[in-house]
Amino acid sequence: METNLPVDYLPILIQFFVAAGFVVTTMVLTHLVGPKRDSKNKLESFECGIESVGNARNPFSIKYFLTAILFVLFDVEVIFMYPWAVNFRELGIFGFVEMLIFMTFLLVGFFYVIKRKALDWE
Amino acid sequence: MDFTFLIDKTILVAIIFAISLGIAAYSTYFERKFAGFFQDRIGPDRAGPFGILQPIADGVKLVMKEEIIPAGANPFLFIAGPSLSMLTACMTTAVLPWGSYLEIGGRKIPLQVADVNIGILYVFGVVSLGVYGLMIGGWASNNKFSLLGAIRAASQNISYEIAMGLSIIALVMMSGTLSIGTIVEQQQNSYWYVVLQPLGFLIFLICSFAETNRTPFDLPECEAELVGGYHTEYSSMKLGFYLFAEYTNMFVSSAVMSALYFGGYSVPFISALHLDQNLVAIIGTLAFFGKILFFIFFFMWVRWTIPRFRYDQLMKLGWQILIPLSIINIVLTGIFILVFDK
Amino acid sequence: MKEFFYFLSFLAVLTSLMVVVAKNPVHSVLYLIMTFFAIAGHYILLNAQFLAVVHIIVYAGAIMVLFLFVIMFLNLNAETEPQKPLILKVAAGVAAGLLFLTLVAAFKGAENQVAVTGGDSQIGLIKNLGKVLFNDFLLPFEITSLLFLSAMIGAVMLAKKDTPEGPKSKDLKKEMLLEKEII
Repeated sequence: METNLPVDYLPILIQFFVAAGFVVTTMVLTHLVGPKRDSKNKLESFECGIESVGNARNPFSIKYFLTAILFVLFDVEVIFMYPWAVNFRELGIFGFVEMLIFMTFLLVGFFYVIKRKALDWE
Repeated sequence: MDFTFLIDKTILVAIIFAISLGIAAYSTYFERKFAGFFQDRIGPDRAGPFGILQPIADGVKLVMKEEIIPAGANPFLFIAGPSLSMLTACMTTAVLPWGSYLEIGGRKIPLQVADVNIGILYVFGVVSLGVYGLMIGGWASNNKFSLLGAIRAASQNISYEIAMGLSIIALVMMSGTLSIGTIVEQQQNSYWYVVLQPLGFLIFLICSFAETNRTPFDLPECEAELVGGYHTEYSSMKLGFYLFAEYTNMFVSSAVMSALYFGGYSVPFISALHLDQNLVAIIGTLAFFGKILFFIFFFMWVRWTIPRFRYDQLMKLGWQILIPLSIINIVLTGIFILVFDK
Repeated sequence: MKEFFYFLSFLAVLTSLMVVVAKNPVHSVLYLIMTFFAIAGHYILLNAQFLAVVHIIVYAGAIMVLFLFVIMFLNLNAETEPQKPLILKVAAGVAAGLLFLTLVAAFKGAENQVAVTGGDSQIGLIKNLGKVLFNDFLLPFEITSLLFLSAMIGAVMLAKKDTPEGPKSKDLKKEMLLEKEII
């Protein structure tokens, strides 16, 4: 079996520096090159010409929040499946049944979520 | 760790970076040309012959524009938003194999920046970080439209990430590895995975449309309700970064799709011709870019053909249709492998 | 290798301090993400590649998104921000100091262990990890799914406390339909 070492990740670091360098340079360049003519009206937040009331630090629908919680749960479950999928052929039918049990619990929860209409946006 | 290794990699990173940005820039031009074609117009034709210099003119214009940071905004986060978007858009190309390898002076130079063992998960991780650019930018603007656009974008991205992850799992069950380089090699001597995983590919395709916020999933920026969505308050190159990141993401997801499901750099029957290795590698790379360009065209084609979803339809599609469908796909794949391919 | 380790450790400590010090909670979230990246870097130095990427996907990519949602949910206007009294700050400082002291004492007692694995161990790769997880740790794995189930039900229960399809919502639907007809 081939070996995988931490050195494999060094090029990713290089890529990160190149990308970050590009982003920072462009940002600084546009800051230096662009003109500056501020006025009070220009700096107001855009609300289609109507004077804005209050600011945007308002609470929003709880639905988005629920979506985020369910996302975290499902995301972890998906992550659990990756080591299984990689070993699928070695684990054979035993591993398959194992994952079916795991997925049954997942689906029970999923159907409960749908039955309670937690994911309906009407 | 030897020095030539670092030099090789740095050169490769620089080339791939330049190419991906170039393609992203020119897809803005072709997007407008195609839009013109689909709507029986001419499209941009002023800058240079056939308007070919349009992206450069746009870029220069965006850099020269006045930089406006609204009074109510949080300046640091306001700048951080688009920067993060662009940064995450640029990071994925590191793990994609652009060709097999070149032989120069007896040295093998693989045309892949980093063939990491967990390539697919790396892509998945970078995609999951893409949310921050939009969310932070939209929140920092301190504008109600931006906030709504940002929250919508974030919810949409995270919802489709799950279906995306599940659709890849079926592919991983067949390949038995997460290294994208190995997956492409497997397809060289066998079927492309799109033949074995048609349903998985369809789900992945839909999810990548949603992840890149392209029509029909461009609700975060739908003009009719939200002015400009999360980038309502943005101007100059900061706006440019958001738009540029969208096109870079389109390029990246086209590349991921062609690598995972359409054989990447592999060309059918090329090994029968017994060509020189360097020639094969170059033909492969060109074939890979051909596939990528086709998918970019497909993205544009869909954009100018299909109308946008409603938000409840979008969430319903993501959660209640794609997730069960991809779980069914996993079970079917499992049965298929256990029965036919022991 | 050692330089990388020291750099990453420095980064992790610095950014986690910044999480606490930063005034703006969104800045704190960004610093915490950086901390997670530093820790993922440590995993890579130990060649635990799967753990490293999972750390980024789950913590930086999922849980911090949830945090950001929560922070955006809060009313973050300066006027409504409650000022904590001085005594509370002092109490918090003392409590944290005691915890720090306990941790230092605990680590001082521990043996000075040499790193168990070098950077070239292959045990942290996804393939080997999966084999161990799905053969030796079968039961804990299945029990996690129960944990997920209860978490899912709990989240829905909390978020959808009052949703029986009462007459009120039906009326609303009717009204909406009427409106559509008018339009």
